[in-house]
Amino acid sequence: MNPSISFFYFLSFLTILSALMVVISKNPIHSVLYLILTFFSISGHYILLNAQFIAAVNIIVYAGAIMVLFLFVIMFLNLKQDQADSKANLTKIAATIVGGTVFVILFGAYRKTTLPAVDTANYNSQVGMIENLGHLLFKEYLLPFELISILLLIAMIGAVMLGKREIGERHF
Amino acid sequence: MELTVFIIKSITILVVFALTLVIAMYSTWGERKVAGFIQDREGPNRAGWGGLLQPLADAGKMFFKEDFIPAMASKWLFIAGPSLAMLTALLASAVIPFGSTVRFNGVEVPLQGVESNIGILYVFGVVALGVYGIMVGGWASNNKFSLLGAIRAASQNISYEIAMGLSLIAVLMMSSSLSLGEIVSQQHGGNWNIFYQPLGFIIFLTCSFAECNRVPFDLPECETELVGGYHTEYGSMKLGFYLFAEYINMFISSAIISTLYFGGYNYPGMDWVYTQLTSALGTGMGHNIATLIGTAVFFGKAIFFIFFYMWVRWTIPRFRYDQLMNLGWKKLIPLAVINIILTAAGILFLRPLIDQILN
Repeated sequence: MNPSISFFYFLSFLTILSALMVVISKNPIHSVLYLILTFFSISGHYILLNAQFIAAVNIIVYAGAIMVLFLFVIMFLNLKQDQADSKANLTKIAATIVGGTVFVILFGAYRKTTLPAVDTANYNSQVGMIENLGHLLFKEYLLPFELISILLLIAMIGAVMLGKREIGERHF
Repeated sequence: MELTVFIIKSITILVVFALTLVIAMYSTWGERKVAGFIQDREGPNRAGWGGLLQPLADAGKMFFKEDFIPAMASKWLFIAGPSLAMLTALLASAVIPFGSTVRFNGVEVPLQGVESNIGILYVFGVVALGVYGIMVGGWASNNKFSLLGAIRAASQNISYEIAMGLSLIAVLMMSSSLSLGEIVSQQHGGNWNIFYQPLGFIIFLTCSFAECNRVPFDLPECETELVGGYHTEYGSMKLGFYLFAEYINMFISSAIISTLYFGGYNYPGMDWVYTQLTSALGTGMGHNIATLIGTAVFFGKAIFFIFFYMWVRWTIPRFRYDQLMNLGWKKLIPLAVINIILTAAGILFLRPLIDQILN
């Protein structure tokens, strides 16, 4: 078998397994660690697609920053292994319905989609490289790019506003 | 051909791996020697000549100590902590260019594990992961002091990563490439980035001190407040791995600093040396020896920065935690942003002007 195809199957197996373990594992810390593993295997997929920049950014942003904060919060919450309200029947039924609906939507969307055929003759394998990505972002998609940066700036200002200490308030 | 490339790459990576470990091992010896020198005493002098066998003695001691896991600890994560710390520390050395190329029978072998066009982003990603070893170990110990140390380490690392990334952006704007090999070759001929980016260099250096958890930013293991920090419950070689990972991180960050700001394997007058060697010894042999001199210069720079780390450790006292956070968020990040704006203005307006004057 082609080595990249076997890598693909291995990575897909790893992704699905670790994503399942995120849901299954009892301890929330283990869930977070499996989620990090999921991000790693998704980055592996990006590398197989020759999109190294997205792979690296995925690791830096998700595994390196966001998941650290997740871990941070969960470590401080110190969740007990068997918490009463997480086992209520109503929660389970609601979760099943929501999850089932999402599955139906995804499956319906998958059935409706028509994947465009890959044009192997004209396909540029360097399309995911950082130089090409930069040219594309700053030439063709400049306006959406700038709008997203404004959106992120607003989110950042909001976070600073929420975290700001009020006058006279003491935390320690 | 595929197989030769594979074998050559494997050998390069093994050599880089071994060199990293050996340098980190002798940094522990160097640290004590430097401490002894600064405090006007001998330092280790019993094991071997000048205490040179001291790292081996330490490793032996660490291995033969009792390997202890606390009763209430999460067993697998307790083991995973130091392993993750070692793994993330060792990963980064793969993309560092240690020298230019070596010629064997017409085959050019670059002295670099992997030449990647996202080299510096890879390093940055690995640095971002470094915090997991500490956090997982600190949490798995099931000890409040360890957990507090781990949380401190995590918040310190993610805070200083931002300033570090911003100071890197100024370098990347000048080089317009993310590849470390490319960044080094652009600094050829005394064109080192330190002359263009002095402010960025200072920010980067400060942040790398904080990322390696070294004094003056070693708050995660502040023994006056936290017993021993995140590794309170650790003993034997598991503790050894945590401490060793710190020394590997020190070597990696020294190598990155000399790559990014001090021209890597470039040194003044290297073209003259190269022509002399190639005319005296032939293109193959002369080229190889010139490359080896460059590699020696690179390691000299890296070792100087390791010495600098130690020098600072035995000179400056530890920061308080709120001072650390204020420095990171309120001083270094604005400074790094100003540095980016200045660099952009320099590239846009100053560079065409200088080009015009020179022509």
